[in-house]
Amino acid sequence: MGGRSLLDKVWDAHSVRELPSGQTQLFIGLHLIHEVTSPQAFAALREAGLRARHPERTFATVDHIIPTDSQRRPLADPMAEAMLVELERSAAQSGIRFFGPESGHQGIVHVIGPELGLTQPGMTIACGDSHTSTHGAFGAVAFGIGTSQVRDVLATQCLAVARPRVRRIDVGGKLAAGVYAKDVILTVIRRLGVKGGIGFAYEYGGAAIEAMTLEERMTVCNMSIEGGARVGYVNPDDATFAYLRGREMAPQGAAFERAVAWWRSMASDGDASYADRVRFDGAAIAPTVTFGINPGQSVGVDESIPRLSEVPDDERPALAEALAFMELRAGAPLAGTRIDVAFIGSCTNGRISDLREAARVARHGKVAPGVRTFVVPGSQAVQRQAEAEGLPAVFRAAGFDWREPGCSMCLAMNPDRLQGRELCASSSNRNFKGRQGSPTGRTLLMSPAMVAAAAIRGKVVDVREIL
Amino acid sequence: MTAGEPVHRVAGRGCVLRGDDIDTDRIIPARYLRAISFEGLGEHAFEDDRKQAKGNHPLDDARFDGASILIVGRNFGCGSSREHAPQALARSGFRAFVGESFAEIFFGNCTALGLPCATLPRAELERLMESVELNPRQELVLDLARGTLASRAGVQAIEMPAGARRQLLEGSYDATAVLLEAGDAIEATAARLPYVSGFAG
Repeated sequence: MGGRSLLDKVWDAHSVRELPSGQTQLFIGLHLIHEVTSPQAFAALREAGLRARHPERTFATVDHIIPTDSQRRPLADPMAEAMLVELERSAAQSGIRFFGPESGHQGIVHVIGPELGLTQPGMTIACGDSHTSTHGAFGAVAFGIGTSQVRDVLATQCLAVARPRVRRIDVGGKLAAGVYAKDVILTVIRRLGVKGGIGFAYEYGGAAIEAMTLEERMTVCNMSIEGGARVGYVNPDDATFAYLRGREMAPQGAAFERAVAWWRSMASDGDASYADRVRFDGAAIAPTVTFGINPGQSVGVDESIPRLSEVPDDERPALAEALAFMELRAGAPLAGTRIDVAFIGSCTNGRISDLREAARVARHGKVAPGVRTFVVPGSQAVQRQAEAEGLPAVFRAAGFDWREPGCSMCLAMNPDRLQGRELCASSSNRNFKGRQGSPTGRTLLMSPAMVAAAAIRGKVVDVREIL
Repeated sequence: MTAGEPVHRVAGRGCVLRGDDIDTDRIIPARYLRAISFEGLGEHAFEDDRKQAKGNHPLDDARFDGASILIVGRNFGCGSSREHAPQALARSGFRAFVGESFAEIFFGNCTALGLPCATLPRAELERLMESVELNPRQELVLDLARGTLASRAGVQAIEMPAGARRQLLEGSYDATAVLLEAGDAIEATAARLPYVSGFAG
């Protein structure tokens, strides 16, 4: 009889009942909302004559539509202002705490949950946003939901969901200098594919993961969904508890010690059984860059773009479509590709450690002529910390544009957008066609340090040449 | 699309949309999420893809006019969790999806709206696509009770997770009502979780 995984322990602890459909009615410990996917849910709630059942377990912020030049109210874009007002109103009516621009705690929902200490091990966490998997870095079972499900959580604090199987992903060894969490997750998705994770929760472990800070683990878990896995997590350990100690919304004093005992008990047992197991050698991972139109289409920066003959039959149409859209040549090296825009930020890579690494590179040069740049802290707290460390001055001295916190150019629901066929070196999570705001705009995903390196050289370059 | 109405079968014409890993940003570009309702999304479904295809997109192909079943490839609906994607497709007339596989969140969003997502193995899917491209005016019948898709390509056995299929057949896909039935069991579960009380001693 094998032991139990964290997924199984959390699932069982939060299971209200098995539903006739075979799904589980799962209690949701933490519900996060933002302005894009919640207004229709509040409307449906009102229409059904229902109220938020546990408003104290839901927290709101504004991130997708917020401009990064000025957050002053009213927002310059009337529709953005209307969405913000709608969320403020719904949150106030429901008794939900809202971290707005005036709160000092506003930021990307997946950045502020952890930094406030709301995100904790052993919890179930849901948010109307696919990158909710980020919170799995703390050993929570966290997943994205649609608007109908946001309504379900508001009304019942529960969801009807099917239990995923667990794939253990071991990343052994030690990452080389200049190789980051972003390179690890891009490598995982490259090998397992963008649909390989459907039906699975990804449990990340092994020496390279255990050596990571919580911020790095968040980067890995964040992009689980890009591999098709709705849930990705790392077992909680001393690093997790150290991160949480003293955070505003985390347990304090004696309660914190009791919490640590419970959190520790929720980690996967050493003899837990898994539906599947995959191993990676962390030492073999290179700085990785996408060349295509999904996050699985990537190569090491020292590799060439694959030829059609080098991929399996059923991947050829997607590769051909990607190369045509990106105007990149099969067999050519990706390094040296000229860029127009550099974006550092997002829920994947908009935390203080990301900005520090990018700044370290920025100290080595100036932004190349003609390259537009956006350096966007993930939250107001990250912004304050960066200011305390003097990072904005470093970026500005190198010619980077330092901005206000938000989702910014990750998804183009605010004024930060690509124009025309611009090619963007981006620390975000999606290189889909049109993702960054221009229907024909192009995206190369990479680590923040690699983006900074591309910005100062004006082209894709191996950051290890600079550091 | 009355919430909670049982969905036994969807009959109508098909529209063949080839390609794998079509994400929800392509289905409905993010700029149309700048709104507080789902109204008006139908006209913007696949807007950027259609513009770039210059009239050659399947959704602009007159042969597929009036289609209610969208036939897609692998990992359809990947990426963003936006329910705006199935909302946009439903509002442009689609009542069901048949493909090789669907991204999980998209699948869940569709089910919650009473829109079945059925899968076929790749070879069977290819036969269906070819048949519909050859005879776009034919009627397809997706029968959830029988678990079949009938077309000129024959009667094909579709796959769908048992839970979703049951929810659609019973009309219990509007989960709020089902979840509320648990009543006090919700609070009993919460009471067993030490963090709900803030790890009070």
